Amino acid sequence: MSSKVIHALYDDDDVLMNAVKEVRAAHHHIEEVYTPFPVHGLEKALGLATTRIAITAFMYGVLGLGFAIWFLNLIMIQDWPQNIGGKPSFSFAENMPAFVPIMFEMTVFFSAHLMVITFYMRSKIWPFRKAENPDPRTTDDKFLMEVAVDGNEEELTSFLENTGAIEITVKEKH
Amino acid sequence: MGHYEAPIREPIIVGDKTWHDVTVDVAAPVEGKANKSWWIAFIIALTAMLWGFGAIAYTIGTGIGVWGLNNKINWAWDITNFVWWVGIGHAGTLISAVLLLFRQKWRMGINRSAEAMTIFAVFQAGLFPLIHMGRIWNGFYTLPIPNQLGSLWVNFNSPLLWDVFAISTYLTVSVVFWWTGLLPDFAMIRDRATKPFQKKIYSLVSFGWSGRAKDWERFEEVSLVLAGLATPLVLSVHTIVSFDFATSVIPGWHSTVYPPYFVAGAVFSGFAMVQTLLLIMRKVSNLEGYITRVHIENMNKVILVTGGIVTVAYLSEFFVAWYTGSSYEDFTYLSWGAATGPYWWAFWALIICNAVIPQLLWVKKIRTNYTWTFIIAIFINIGMWFERFDIIVINLSRGHLPSTWTQFSPTFVDIGIFLGTLGFFFVLFLLYARAFPVIAQAEVKSILKSSGDNYKRERDNPNAVKPIPTEPKKIVKEAKSDVQADDRANSLLESIGTFDIKTQQPDDLKKVKGIGPVMEKTLNQIGIYSFDQVSKMTKKEYDLLDSITDSFPGRAQRDDWAGQANKLKS
Repeated sequence: MSSKVIHALYDDDDVLMNAVKEVRAAHHHIEEVYTPFPVHGLEKALGLATTRIAITAFMYGVLGLGFAIWFLNLIMIQDWPQNIGGKPSFSFAENMPAFVPIMFEMTVFFSAHLMVITFYMRSKIWPFRKAENPDPRTTDDKFLMEVAVDGNEEELTSFLENTGAIEITVKEKH
Repeated sequence: MGHYEAPIREPIIVGDKTWHDVTVDVAAPVEGKANKSWWIAFIIALTAMLWGFGAIAYTIGTGIGVWGLNNKINWAWDITNFVWWVGIGHAGTLISAVLLLFRQKWRMGINRSAEAMTIFAVFQAGLFPLIHMGRIWNGFYTLPIPNQLGSLWVNFNSPLLWDVFAISTYLTVSVVFWWTGLLPDFAMIRDRATKPFQKKIYSLVSFGWSGRAKDWERFEEVSLVLAGLATPLVLSVHTIVSFDFATSVIPGWHSTVYPPYFVAGAVFSGFAMVQTLLLIMRKVSNLEGYITRVHIENMNKVILVTGGIVTVAYLSEFFVAWYTGSSYEDFTYLSWGAATGPYWWAFWALIICNAVIPQLLWVKKIRTNYTWTFIIAIFINIGMWFERFDIIVINLSRGHLPSTWTQFSPTFVDIGIFLGTLGFFFVLFLLYARAFPVIAQAEVKSILKSSGDNYKRERDNPNAVKPIPTEPKKIVKEAKSDVQADDRANSLLESIGTFDIKTQQPDDLKKVKGIGPVMEKTLNQIGIYSFDQVSKMTKKEYDLLDSITDSFPGRAQRDDWAGQANKLKS
């Protein structure tokens, strides 16, 4: 396998979408696509798996709810039961209605924060991390497709040109 | 493909913007230098902030006895300001979360600033419970940590503690939501930055965002889930704030209508503050193309609805106070006693600012007018402050024991702290306007093709004169589509016959029902001028015509143009 990649630059999202479909139909390997904004349907065209991040959010929410129930029971029922305004504190079930707001807030807190942390970890974004988009114009108005070279480089270049690319650069793989 | 939007929807990005224009416009305030009016506003805000900090230091150093509180009125400006600021902090999440779930595209021009406003407003709100503790160094008592006073825990039955959890969850989730949305926009500024220091800062805050397809997929999913979480969260926050009052036994506070009424009031005041800020910002930062009349009108409609809910709540409170016949209900904040008592001015300020003046927005001319909107928004801001003042001070000023009846007068410290939070808020907002991308440019770019005025114009009326393209790429694209259209037009003319404009007299095609002046022009451009040509059209030609004009598909067949033309021909 060659160690070269081709960077094909596009200036329109619809052209890019068609190009992605054509390149995949011709069995070339798309390493990555960089876009300035979310292009709807691109992940499907690229054949990326559906993200499971929403499922993790649900699990984190369950964790938060469980944590809230555990500490509310520990604090208000087990460790130091207090008679406050006559609200019954003999068992968790009796006192539970007063805990609903906290249980809800903890569910949201865990779910939101842990999901975002998961997103940052999975997508490898955090402070002091260096950006990896090969061309600064991909955060402005250009779209970049990185295709692995296997076999005839010339042929692939002209193929990409025909898909509507406005600029084509052949690069060593980083 | 995929960019179609009904012509009846007004464009929400105006000024013939391209993606690159969006980049330039959003980066301009960050890259440019602050002008004189920014500095004047900043210095005023900073002075107010420092004055407020001085007042806070005085309060903490001496004790909250320096406020105007007394035995009976033991909550006043502090909690009024707290609830006012929390309420203002509701519009941001409403715009970014609820409107996202409803797929409202107009949210994209305003969500960033509304979220910033939310976060800065919640900062101000959070200050008040802290300084109201008096001994702020004991603030950790509100946290569920075992402390040195024995195994004494916080009271989870108390709405005041629910507030601690609700507000901190709301603040942190809002910040995370905001910052995640900011990453691609910070990355845009990073990639444009020429000064090394600027580049370093924006590299740091953009967390190395690169815009990979997978990142975007996750980004969109995370935004959607966060919106789903933030929607019940934002409703819970002001519900819990209202529990601070509703679960007590004070006449006027002990009211089951409070949660929905507080939430509506919060959205009402929040949108008023968004209007106040954005009407200035769109001018100062040259964002008229992104924050348009449509945005202002839509927000005014939300204000009208939530203002209506608040008004109905006032009426029901007023009615119930009268209907109970109970004498103490006659001095609650919405009662005849309040309207004519020593706090009549606060009562009427509330009614006029919140219930009467917003009704002007029923008039379309007024709700689409920037100046009127600004004036009304200011009135609502004032009115909503009075609502909280009335709930707290009027209700506390009278009670079951007439000998305790009293009034509240604020000291300079009360006033100073309030002005200080206003100053602090504007300091943060002004800094934000200079350092942050104030429009969610990545999101705006994604809707440009469906909602930009240039794209809409070209799609709805393909033969209209197009603005001269600024970049060569547009020529390429247009040439391509024109070629296709020409091909189709030629094959259409082949089957129905050509028309020579120089030798033959064109017919008035408008006589055919279904052909208007615009359609006639379109047909002429294709090369159709006579009834003879139209009469030869069949299903195949109709379809070709539809594919060329792209408007009112199937209409020609429905109206039977060929049959009509046949009659007109003879």
